[in-house]
Amino acid sequence: MFLRNMLPRKRRVVLGALAAVAAVAVLAGCASSTGKSSGSGSKNYKIAFVPKSLGNNYFKASDSGGSTAVKKFGGSYQEVAPATASPTGQVSFVQTLTQQRVGGIVLAADDPQAACTALNAAMKAGVKVVTFDSDTNCRSLFVNQVTPKGIAKSLVNLTGKALNGKGTVAIESGGPNATNLNLWIKYIKSYMASLYPGITIVTTVYGNDDAQQSLDAATGLLQKYPSLNGIIAPDTVAVAAAARYLSTSQYKGKVYLTGLGLPSEMRSYIKDGTVTQFALWDPSNLGYLAAYADKALIDGTITGKKGDTFTAGKLGKYTVGAHQTVILGPPTVFDKSNIDNYNF
Amino acid sequence: MSTQTPTRRGAPEWLKAIAKSRELSIVIVLVVILAFTTSAHPTFLFSPDGWREFLRTPSVLILIAVGEGIVIITRNIDLSVGSTLGLTAYFAGYLLSTYPAIPIIIVVLLTVFLGAIMGMINGLLVAFFKVPSLIITLGTLYAYRGIDVLWVGSNNIVPSQLPQSFENFGVDQLGSIPYVMIVAVVVVLITAWFMRNRRTGREFYAVGSDPDAAILYGLPTRKLVLTTFVISGTLTGLAGVIYLAAYASVDSQVGSGYELQAVAAAVVGGVAILGGSGTIWGVALGALLLQTISSALNAVGIPSLWQQAVTGVFIVGAIALDRALFLNSLRKSRSRSVGSSK
Amino acid sequence: MTATELKGTPVRDYLLHDKPFWRRILQSREAGLIGALVVVVVLSISFVPNFGQPITLTYLVQTNFPIFVMLLPMTLIVVAGEIDLSVGSVLGVSSVVFGLLYDAKFSLVLAAIIAVLIGAGIGAFNGFLVTVVGLPSLAVTIGTLALFRGVAVGLLGTTAITDFPVDITTNLQNTIGASPFPILTIPFVILTIIFIVILQFTSFGRGIYAIGLGHETAHFSGVTVQRTKFVLYVISGLVAAAVGVVFTLEYDNSIGSNGIGDELLVVTAVVLGGVSTFGGRGTVLGAIVGGLLIAVLTSALQLAGVGSNGISVVTGSALILSVIGSRVLEGLTRGRREKKIAAAIGGE
Repeated sequence: MFLRNMLPRKRRVVLGALAAVAAVAVLAGCASSTGKSSGSGSKNYKIAFVPKSLGNNYFKASDSGGSTAVKKFGGSYQEVAPATASPTGQVSFVQTLTQQRVGGIVLAADDPQAACTALNAAMKAGVKVVTFDSDTNCRSLFVNQVTPKGIAKSLVNLTGKALNGKGTVAIESGGPNATNLNLWIKYIKSYMASLYPGITIVTTVYGNDDAQQSLDAATGLLQKYPSLNGIIAPDTVAVAAAARYLSTSQYKGKVYLTGLGLPSEMRSYIKDGTVTQFALWDPSNLGYLAAYADKALIDGTITGKKGDTFTAGKLGKYTVGAHQTVILGPPTVFDKSNIDNYNF
Repeated sequence: MSTQTPTRRGAPEWLKAIAKSRELSIVIVLVVILAFTTSAHPTFLFSPDGWREFLRTPSVLILIAVGEGIVIITRNIDLSVGSTLGLTAYFAGYLLSTYPAIPIIIVVLLTVFLGAIMGMINGLLVAFFKVPSLIITLGTLYAYRGIDVLWVGSNNIVPSQLPQSFENFGVDQLGSIPYVMIVAVVVVLITAWFMRNRRTGREFYAVGSDPDAAILYGLPTRKLVLTTFVISGTLTGLAGVIYLAAYASVDSQVGSGYELQAVAAAVVGGVAILGGSGTIWGVALGALLLQTISSALNAVGIPSLWQQAVTGVFIVGAIALDRALFLNSLRKSRSRSVGSSK
Repeated sequence: MTATELKGTPVRDYLLHDKPFWRRILQSREAGLIGALVVVVVLSISFVPNFGQPITLTYLVQTNFPIFVMLLPMTLIVVAGEIDLSVGSVLGVSSVVFGLLYDAKFSLVLAAIIAVLIGAGIGAFNGFLVTVVGLPSLAVTIGTLALFRGVAVGLLGTTAITDFPVDITTNLQNTIGASPFPILTIPFVILTIIFIVILQFTSFGRGIYAIGLGHETAHFSGVTVQRTKFVLYVISGLVAAAVGVVFTLEYDNSIGSNGIGDELLVVTAVVLGGVSTFGGRGTVLGAIVGGLLIAVLTSALQLAGVGSNGISVVTGSALILSVIGSRVLEGLTRGRREKKIAAAIGGE
């Protein structure tokens, strides 16, 4: 023991560490050889989709639409995103794409501001930036699913009619900082007050886009307001979790639930009667439109100013509106009669 | 730091011991919270749903925390439980939705087995390379999560993909107790008995209170440490199945952050972070308490944004309380020994 | 062996300096890490398209600035045998406080000072619980991690404060002259030098090593164990809060979730850099190289088109392999040395 203590402690040969890391780096090198280098031809149709995070069915659908569109006009498509949504999580991916000299970035922003420096640098380097689903303060064009007012109005109308214009309603949202959700909630409140003054919105709770937290939030909602008449959940994770809770509880059929949901996730709740109707646009069309909008920017056919028009493949002709925004179109309402026709 | 204070003759001492018991103090806090919340919102407990959710929600955390507690008792830590939970929950969902022909019980066994393997990888690395478990399991936290995200991609599990009978298992009850809670309670009963009465269980405590002494005494410390990690992985695998049944949907982020909750539950439940002391009952009650606090905050309408802060206060409070009780008992025993020497 | 021979070569000196200076340098842990870093950089430049541009370096420093800086005080704390898992949450609280004060028309400087002081206060709170109350730091800082993240998220609610002065936010993105190094390199290098001096060249720093090797020995060698640890936690909180202010300005964004999860990245860098979590061993230089290694690997993998999933597998594996590799080789060399020593003593 004594001798061991006498040995200088700092002497360490770490060839092992070196070898290990080198092996990892070689792997990286191998992986890189599969990555193709920059796009050819006169226009750079190398378009990258950056959803809020990986592993979300909604973005899976939207990005597959984007992929279809990009392939259709002969570009190359890629999708990168952080594993979890966080304000600055997308920054390094945007920077990487700029270094890779992609032609366009189509981004659903995690945060309206955090990625701006990176996005501005990208635009300075000639990358055309289009946002979809959730906007940032820095992009050439925003492809919006529906006008925020349109979403709010259709959800308010669904709820108002189902409750015959009176009762108490709560809102269950996703992340507390989601720009689009907060805007919709603002309009839901104002429309509810003006169109259905008999309905009071008691509170807004947040499920943070996590199935378990969303379910706990729905549970707590009905414990605090046992006589609640309705829940509006303008978020796909929240509406599915709230439906999951209601379907197994005494409130099934008594509390009216609607919101923005994915048919694939909501199918069983429509069929068992927990939910009668919910709304959503077709996310794959949204991705498809965003890809064509980016192409139009790359081609130079549009610059993003009001009145510019471009053709988006199978979807037809679109016109840029105020605030450099393109609107996809009215949402679809899903119920028992049509839910089996949709597969996203 | 042993909880097994030698009991002395006389009822008052016996009563004092109970008053000092960690389990009892948790129960008291729990009762206070339940009483307060239920008086404000009677449905929190006194409705079929309220009661069911009160028992159903904590079952996942209880299972994970029990495994974590056993690992911490041997003076180690397992930070990979959150990632293990995510991977095993998806594995079970994947098997159930892709191969409906496989009987559910086989899927459950395979998932638990996967959890055990993942725990064994941790255990082997920790026990045989003598590298701090904090580092190894921090590494596997990343690695397991990466594999999870890689595999899940965007192919989330949604309720309609699961067999109805399995989904029902997550919400149905035996009498007024949800099946998932029954599973958790059975696990707690078995592990509590094991840790208290079996030789191996006692050896876990021995390794944790003084690893060097345990080696000198001739205990197979490597094997014991390996065993605790396998137990932790196994229970987390089981928790993965329970998670899938209870929530019926799995994406690639399931379980992230659970490692800290599990450690918190164990610590609140009276397991010393430096090993050697704590009971399984305490851990289970700690998990129940933490989960109930967050449900209660939902129910009384404290903005969900502040909930994490409240959880933090409870963790810090619990360990500070422990320390105070320990110092107090130390002082008393010292003054007692001084008194007897006279 | 005869007695005269032994007199000529005292066993102790022989053991300490049995190899020339340059070989000891080359065989140090840091040299191995730097070698690994060089290998990774060279491989990345030659195989990863677009990696070998100056802009890569700019982005690398900008993105990893919080990790690079927070690992400095973390190294000291880990060398002292403790840990601070609350740094990410302190960053968040500082960012939110800074934003709220700025929004309440405080001057930027005053807002920054208050935010940093609050960070130091949180550090003092951690330090108080660890040293005065005597609680284990792992458990305490898991608690304060949750506590202060909750405070950060709760204070700002659903809003974010974003309208910081444009000239400052854009200046922070600039590089030093025509070099690829961003402005942020300057504070990072200065802090690095300060921390290297503190840990390696002051009695305070040597005291930190002594504490990590054993409280009692340190105490009897005249090191004020509790006070030193307390100071380390205050420094840690202070630095994390300062990073929070810079981070807020860098991204023009004050929001409760800033810095979430950073604690694990910082600890990973420190450990990969050869700092022992048992305490008493490791250097600031090693920790920084560990941080650089992760940063370069992440950047190269991203550019190579490996997704975030693959990157976390690589991070985790690199961490495990590095500790195991060094442990195995350590065992081998120790075995060889012990044989040598045994032979020397046996000869006696």
